[in-house]
Amino acid sequence: MVRITFIQSDGTERVVEAEPGMTVMEAAVKNGIPGIAAECGGACACATCHVYVDDAWREPTGSPEQMEEDMLDFAFDVRPSSRLSCQIKVTDALDGLVVRIPDKQF
Amino acid sequence: MSDKTIKTDAVIIGAGPVGMFAVFELGLVDIKSHLVDILDRPGGQCTELYPEKPIYDIPGLTVVTGQELTDRLMEQIKPFGAEFHLSQRVESLERLNGGFRLATDAGTALECKVVVIAAGGGSFTPKRPPLPGIEAYEGTSVFYSVRKMENFKDRDVLVVGGGDSALDWTLNLQPVAKSLTLVHRRAEFRAAPASVQKMFQLVEEGDVSFKLGQVTELHGEGGKLRAVTVKGADGATFEQPCEVMLPFFGLTMKLGPVADWGLNLEENLVPVDTEKFETSEKGIFAIGDINTYPGKLKLILSGFHEAALMAQQAYHYIYPDKKLIFQYTTSSTSLQKKLGVK
Repeated sequence: MVRITFIQSDGTERVVEAEPGMTVMEAAVKNGIPGIAAECGGACACATCHVYVDDAWREPTGSPEQMEEDMLDFAFDVRPSSRLSCQIKVTDALDGLVVRIPDKQF
Repeated sequence: MSDKTIKTDAVIIGAGPVGMFAVFELGLVDIKSHLVDILDRPGGQCTELYPEKPIYDIPGLTVVTGQELTDRLMEQIKPFGAEFHLSQRVESLERLNGGFRLATDAGTALECKVVVIAAGGGSFTPKRPPLPGIEAYEGTSVFYSVRKMENFKDRDVLVVGGGDSALDWTLNLQPVAKSLTLVHRRAEFRAAPASVQKMFQLVEEGDVSFKLGQVTELHGEGGKLRAVTVKGADGATFEQPCEVMLPFFGLTMKLGPVADWGLNLEENLVPVDTEKFETSEKGIFAIGDINTYPGKLKLILSGFHEAALMAQQAYHYIYPDKKLIFQYTTSSTSLQKKLGVK
């Protein structure tokens, strides 16, 4: 099991367990993490599962591919650490991953 | 505005996979239908959200993409000649004696005996950026679409976004606007390369101003925009004067006018029975993702099933004096005739 910490914009933290192979978005939705709307259900078509990856985890999570980068245009307050959580696959190497949820998801 | 009212048996609201299949099921029982959809092509979420993505749970098709499923359904419903009214939204529903009258925002008027709401997650509407106080400017200084180019004549226009809508309106409004500024968070665009090239050419000629960044605040009063704060790529902010802003951040789904038609609703879904998939009002059905009932699953295949049962009941409204005899397409010569089987 891989542990992922979700930090809300008000600072509240929740740690959830995810299985390798699923996406960070799926881990959030399965555990009822608020702020991950995932309107399109993980098709990389809506940008409502936007997260900021903690700096320490930027490298292991990699960088967005073209389609994800395009879709990030539809997100609000995009930063260099921005990712769409439906595009981050959970692997054993991500055990301890920390992501922050934006103030607003739209 | 068309002055002619279209008269038909059934109007299907939403041309997604379930709305399309409703044409088929209604057609088999001799019910003619018209479809209305806000998007400019059939397919709904299948073509708008995931045209290239695989779907694995359509019975009989191991894997099919959203686009391919749409194409196949279009082929399947061809014999019934349903008419599509695209790029328009049904705004109003009026009760007539023994039927309904629907009007779209494009001026199409339809009269029918049966309404089938197959609107999925609702109608696709432009996303509203979560900028504080933006509502106060909507319709006066902030626009999500361009209805009349004239409204932008001799004004300082700000376009925000990097897709085709943003680029197209940058190019189209530049000649009429007093000034045109495009703000986008990066120098790459997911728009047609020719439009991007044209835009950069206008930038070079000094006719368009392109600025990297994201809008974070609006400034103005009484619905009149004066400027916006832009956070640049380097994190520093600057003020960009403008009178009108056109933000293009894609589409989201909203229930829309369906909410105002006097039907029972449960959390933006339309409750139906599971025998006929009829709403709280006789003659108005709801099928696919937009309905709810105990055990509901938002699956395309569930919507197909709902369409079949809906058609059985719809028949009784269109042909009250006739008895419907259940038949199989495999063996019924009359059904095969309708399908054009030779």
